[in-house]
Amino acid sequence: MSSRDSILAKIKAIPTEKKPLPEIPDFELNINLKEAFIQSIKGNKGEVIDQAQLNEFLEINRFTKIIDLSKSFQDLGTLDLPQDAHDLADVEVAIIKGQFGVAENGAIWLTDENMGLRALPFITEHLVIVLDEKSLVDNMHAAYYKIGNQPSGFGLFLAGPSKTADIEQSLVIGAHGAKSLQVVLTNL
Amino acid sequence: MNFNKNIGLFIPCYVDQFYPKVAIATMELLEKLGCKVTYPMAQTCCGQPMANAGYERGTVGTTKHFLETFRDFDYVVAPSGSCVLHIKEHVPAVPGMEKEQKAIQDKTFELTEFLTDVLKVENIKGSFPHKVGFHSSCHGHRGLRLGSCSERNEPFFSKGKQLLEQLEGLEWVELTRKDECCGFGGTFAVTEEALSVQMGKDRLEDHLVHGVEVLTGGDMSCIMHLEGIARRNKHPLQFKHIAEILNEAIS
Amino acid sequence: MSHPAKASEFLEDSAKSKWHDETLWFVRDKRDTISKSIPEWEQLRELASQIKDNVLSNLDSYLVEFEKKAKANNIHIHWAKDAEEHNQIVLSILQQHRCKAIVKSKSILTEECHLNPFLEENGVEVVDTDLGERIVQFLNQPPSHIVLPAIHLKKRDISEIFHEKLQTEKGNEDPTYLTHAARVHLREKFLGAKVAITGVNFGVAETGEFVVCTNEGNADMGVHLADVHIACMGIEKIIPRRKDLGVFLRLLARSATGQPITNYNSHFRSPAQGKQIHIVLLDNGRTTQLGREKFKNSLKCIRCGACMNTCPIYRRSGGYSYGSVVPGPIGSILSPGLDLKKHSSLPFASTLCGSCTDVCPVKINIHEQLYEWRQEITKDQGTNAKSISMKIANGIFAVPFAYKVSGAIMRGALKILPDSITYSGLNTWGKQRDLPETPKETFKEWYKKNRS
Repeated sequence: MSSRDSILAKIKAIPTEKKPLPEIPDFELNINLKEAFIQSIKGNKGEVIDQAQLNEFLEINRFTKIIDLSKSFQDLGTLDLPQDAHDLADVEVAIIKGQFGVAENGAIWLTDENMGLRALPFITEHLVIVLDEKSLVDNMHAAYYKIGNQPSGFGLFLAGPSKTADIEQSLVIGAHGAKSLQVVLTNL
Repeated sequence: MNFNKNIGLFIPCYVDQFYPKVAIATMELLEKLGCKVTYPMAQTCCGQPMANAGYERGTVGTTKHFLETFRDFDYVVAPSGSCVLHIKEHVPAVPGMEKEQKAIQDKTFELTEFLTDVLKVENIKGSFPHKVGFHSSCHGHRGLRLGSCSERNEPFFSKGKQLLEQLEGLEWVELTRKDECCGFGGTFAVTEEALSVQMGKDRLEDHLVHGVEVLTGGDMSCIMHLEGIARRNKHPLQFKHIAEILNEAIS
Repeated sequence: MSHPAKASEFLEDSAKSKWHDETLWFVRDKRDTISKSIPEWEQLRELASQIKDNVLSNLDSYLVEFEKKAKANNIHIHWAKDAEEHNQIVLSILQQHRCKAIVKSKSILTEECHLNPFLEENGVEVVDTDLGERIVQFLNQPPSHIVLPAIHLKKRDISEIFHEKLQTEKGNEDPTYLTHAARVHLREKFLGAKVAITGVNFGVAETGEFVVCTNEGNADMGVHLADVHIACMGIEKIIPRRKDLGVFLRLLARSATGQPITNYNSHFRSPAQGKQIHIVLLDNGRTTQLGREKFKNSLKCIRCGACMNTCPIYRRSGGYSYGSVVPGPIGSILSPGLDLKKHSSLPFASTLCGSCTDVCPVKINIHEQLYEWRQEITKDQGTNAKSISMKIANGIFAVPFAYKVSGAIMRGALKILPDSITYSGLNTWGKQRDLPETPKETFKEWYKKNRS
């Protein structure tokens, strides 16, 4: 018998009382979604900014390697998306569009179509996500309701920059991935 | 006040031997509150130490004896959360006595919950002008839910505090770690001696830095452990079972 | 060495053990605070527990559904009955791709299978990419905590090993400096690896997708740069529906570190163009545990580590004192199921205080299972006087209260015994604790005189 069949047979042979699958309430929150979302992003060590602040950020730092997939403003990009993710190694800023945000924890939903290459939001030095304020939902239950059966090869709830506290529990931002996350909330 | 029920006083074996004053205080306190209290002389150890050490199956006889000793009372009350938890949740089934066993489990109470939930004691007249730190023993606290637990999202309550706060002059001291284990744990106290003592020292420190004068609680076993460490280290704390405080205050 | 011996060794460095206790308490405190900001917290725990109950009672059909959906999404599925088969499967995938160096993100399951030494013996360089795991890998140590692998180390230790391995400045202990040195070092490894291995937090039967959660982004850095992603998954990680993730992701990070969510929560459903995803489904004792009515709930575990952070024993004895891959309370109920003899002291490394049960986001009755394992262990060991359970049974009689009815004799003895014996090493109770004073009479004697 294959391992597959023997594992399944072993499970089948265990007498069990079937337990029902519970329905999940929506646990709606009566909160100001925008305020809560901004607080959550701050708590995750990201920042919420506006378009002017984004322009300022790009100018002050004189970034030259920028990929902009957001299609939200005039194209701020200086580079095209390469074929191979390894060529993203020295991208300084990636600007992408988020599908929606979750107020309770700051998570932003992204799929393949937002990222171009799956490595992009991780490997870039700085990540900017453009998000429509009207897209905010209150909690993760509403979030998965919104995702529904969306068929994407890769989906990501991204909630902040790369961080670690593995050295004596001291928080350090920029462990492997993006050293900063800035969310541009738009109301178009 | 007259509480017209027969109460069987269940005294943990080590309290009988080492802390008769706690048993006396429990008895007198219940009597002052109008209860008719009897101490059945035939009682022995409830079997908890054996069960917690992994020999629950060896305690059927002890459990049967307990049932026979206490079955005719309306209530069984003990000044110990730990022993009560054992009777309610851990005793092995006694073949042929399932019904009696269920009945006795329902009518067995730890002292503070008997006072707050059955007698509904509300206006204790008495004073105890001291700073009191309360040690929430785990078996009473998380086992019998005598108070809200720091791990859970639930409204605050504490049966011990509910009683003690009725005493004039008593200052309830808030601890940093409100309900951490003291490290007694029955046989754990000797099999894991180093850890047990460290946990006890840490608990004592919490009471000491908050200026506690009298450390109290509902289980003498934890208090015996904490007092043992405090005495060895010459800490100035006093130790009393909650029954002693209430009984002293009322008289 | 048994748990008590290792625990007392850990306590010898009192400054470090105090730091360990306080640091983990701080994490637990953050968990307490954030859990209280969610009014439905207790309801979420109940839901998570019920979903897992449903999974455990339908595991075979969910696994078949998961396999079917994943295959339809171009994911390769492998089944391994034990650690050895698991490791062989991983190796054969590496060999097919002529891969000699891999990057791996945190996976307790691969620790359980001892995958690293196996691959190294077969000429594969394994780089653990979670910072904490890389640190312990440099030191040739296993993780001491499932979420915080290097929590037993001080920054001085880390600075020293980084100086040796990564040529950081001698004596520079700044966490930011050290983390960024690791970033540069690991970036090179990520860019060079053809195969990346990850664990799995949740596998969704309904869609065939699986979810991996990290804060560092190391799992994603690895897999999105590699050609092949191997995900190692215990069969109990299945959940039925996508929307169940809403419940579990709300609980996981809050329970683990007191944060509302991990910064990266990746849902892998099908490989990117030209790439491969393999899932290795592992049994390794899980079906046996599922067949143990009293212990099967331990399979609900989502590996958040909250029971470790809250455990007054774990905090003061460290992860290594348990001598098992998963330490702490949950480890103490999982490990005896794998090797009862080796891990027989673990269910006794507890006061049964119950805090673990109350923090558990899937409501595993951990302390009750510790109690039940004690019952099993004493049966298994019979009357061998050297066995741990016998020592514990004897221990009962060393605790002054528990000598049952013949106590009067004992009380007599306490009075007669010279202090030197009472307080010598022979008497464990009295080593660091005074004994209670012996009263003039027992309560029984008082009662006879005063009430009857």
